[in-house]
Amino acid sequence: MERFVQVILCLCLPWMASGKTWHVRQAGTGHPIQHALDLAAPGDTILVDKGIYTEKGLVIRKPVCLRGIDWPILDGEKQYEILAVSANDVVVEGFHFQYSGVSGWHDIAGVKIYNAHHVTIRSNILDHTFFGIYCLGSSNCTLSGNTIHSDADNDIQSGNGIHCWKCDSMRILDNEITRHRDGIYFEFVTHSLIRGNRSFSNARYGLHFMFSHNNVYERNLFRHNEAGVSVMFSHGVTMLGNTFTENWGGSAYGILMKEITDSKVIGNHFLNNTSGIYMEGTTRILVTENTFSGNGWAMKIQASCSDDVITRNNFNGNTFDIATNGSLVLNTFNANYWDKYEGYDLGRDGIGDVPYHPVSLYSMIAEKNPTVMMLYHSFMVGLLDKSEKVIPSITPEALRDDKPFMKPLRLP
Amino acid sequence: MKIIKYIISDIIRNKIMLAYTVLLLAISLSVFNLEDNKAKGLLSLMSVILIVVPLVSIIFATIYIYNSAEFIELLVSQPLKRTRLLLSVYSGLAISLLLAFLIGSGIPVLIYSPSIVGGVLIAVGMGLTLVFASLAILASVLAREKAKGMGIAILLWFYFSLIYDGIVLFILFQFSDYPLEKASIVFSSLNPIDLGRVVILLKMDVSAMMGYTGAVFKEFFGGNWGSIYSGGIILAWIVAPLYLSVRRFNRKDL
Repeated sequence: MERFVQVILCLCLPWMASGKTWHVRQAGTGHPIQHALDLAAPGDTILVDKGIYTEKGLVIRKPVCLRGIDWPILDGEKQYEILAVSANDVVVEGFHFQYSGVSGWHDIAGVKIYNAHHVTIRSNILDHTFFGIYCLGSSNCTLSGNTIHSDADNDIQSGNGIHCWKCDSMRILDNEITRHRDGIYFEFVTHSLIRGNRSFSNARYGLHFMFSHNNVYERNLFRHNEAGVSVMFSHGVTMLGNTFTENWGGSAYGILMKEITDSKVIGNHFLNNTSGIYMEGTTRILVTENTFSGNGWAMKIQASCSDDVITRNNFNGNTFDIATNGSLVLNTFNANYWDKYEGYDLGRDGIGDVPYHPVSLYSMIAEKNPTVMMLYHSFMVGLLDKSEKVIPSITPEALRDDKPFMKPLRLP
Repeated sequence: MKIIKYIISDIIRNKIMLAYTVLLLAISLSVFNLEDNKAKGLLSLMSVILIVVPLVSIIFATIYIYNSAEFIELLVSQPLKRTRLLLSVYSGLAISLLLAFLIGSGIPVLIYSPSIVGGVLIAVGMGLTLVFASLAILASVLAREKAKGMGIAILLWFYFSLIYDGIVLFILFQFSDYPLEKASIVFSSLNPIDLGRVVILLKMDVSAMMGYTGAVFKEFFGGNWGSIYSGGIILAWIVAPLYLSVRRFNRKDL
């Protein structure tokens, strides 16, 4: 209820408080939008007509609603930051931002929010901006329905699509981010909701966060990013129903989790990645109701992980199900469906009677020495795997699923 | 030409050849009927083909040549060039083995999985048939006694399907500190079975092959030049043993 009231307030504020509506008609010389912003009183609405505006660094310093009609173009002429917001309760919508400056020194952005709260940036197009939307020390802001596109070829000369630093309670909804360095980048961001975004073809990660606790990631799509998704040093992460797909390459992961604790990974799809999930130093993570399909390695769990629970997932058509790098197993694998399971079910209760060992010998060998993939599927490798299955010596005996399902689980 | 025709009609009536065809047919059909996933079916079929086809090709061809030693001796006494004679024997063997393979595996693949991967699988199977028939000729020319020739043939098969991979695995581990991606391309070229498997797996897009090693392989074997290269290597594997055996056979005191 509280959040509902908050949203209503945020939506209505411009009208409730406003007396005036300003209309910027002429695109031309001078700085018509900045002029209107200077004249406007808090709570006013400024409408901007179609046209190309080169304002050399717009700044919003009071709570107003800035609305574009038919996507007027705000051009940064490849030199300036296009729009800065340093007031609370600002709404920016319906603009086409293009060509911000590029700098290795300042993080120049299409839209930058400085230490403000309840700012809404929605339904904008950001084209060839260095950083897309950049939030600094802000809270309760909503970034929704923006299309953020750039042309990053490498991860050095490029910025992030949505970049948040020291923020709290942000709502990042339904944005589309392509060809940036990282699609969505968080550092010190807490209690935020990231839902329905599509992040693909970025030069580094689709989603990248560090030290960002208690955030919820829901129904996002991360596709074909150069290095997949990478998340580190956080706790209380909830990932629901996201799709991680087509992240190819030796160091590309559907999702890489490093030093993540007390988190949940539920109902996600990992399709056609070189590695679906890579876990290192994670603690108390629940991985359940996920679908792993067509991956090279469905999961790589390093021996440094502990108390993780992997249960009720479907493993289907992966080259290797699980790989690990040691014999120490502190995680629980229970009641999953594995398509490579060859056991039987005499009791007819849908649960296999013999445990399944998801780590094959060859996946451990290939983990140590990737070149041996050359011999994958050869007669000798088959013999090695079979003999290891009968008498496990190198693969960790404790890494096993005692109650594997005979048939795939019905998952959303 | 008459010799080729005679050999083919002789082999087709052979019970072992019939059994080979039926075996391949049974394996292919059961693989496709048991697996509801076509890609997985092809993968299982590939494993079987890579073992069975070389084995049967080399053993059957060796046995056949030893059993028809008298026939070959008779023909040598005729005004016929020895080169021509041996090549005709090879052609007859190769054509009938190919026929058996195409009926046994080609038709099921065509019915159940008519794709590029299926086509590559059949092409590789045909290539291996030709290579191992050629190696069989070499084995039987090298040794006069049947037992010794059979030993050489079995050893050759054993070497190419098992020992070679073991040696490569050993080398890859001993030199794992060095970049071996390029070297692994050379390694796979030195064994027709490995080469065939790599070519098929790359077409199947098996995801684990997409790591760095896989990327190197894909770049090398993936394009048109890669296909030409692997075709050329297989051809070399057919021609080289044949050439050696013809040279040997021409000087041989029968």
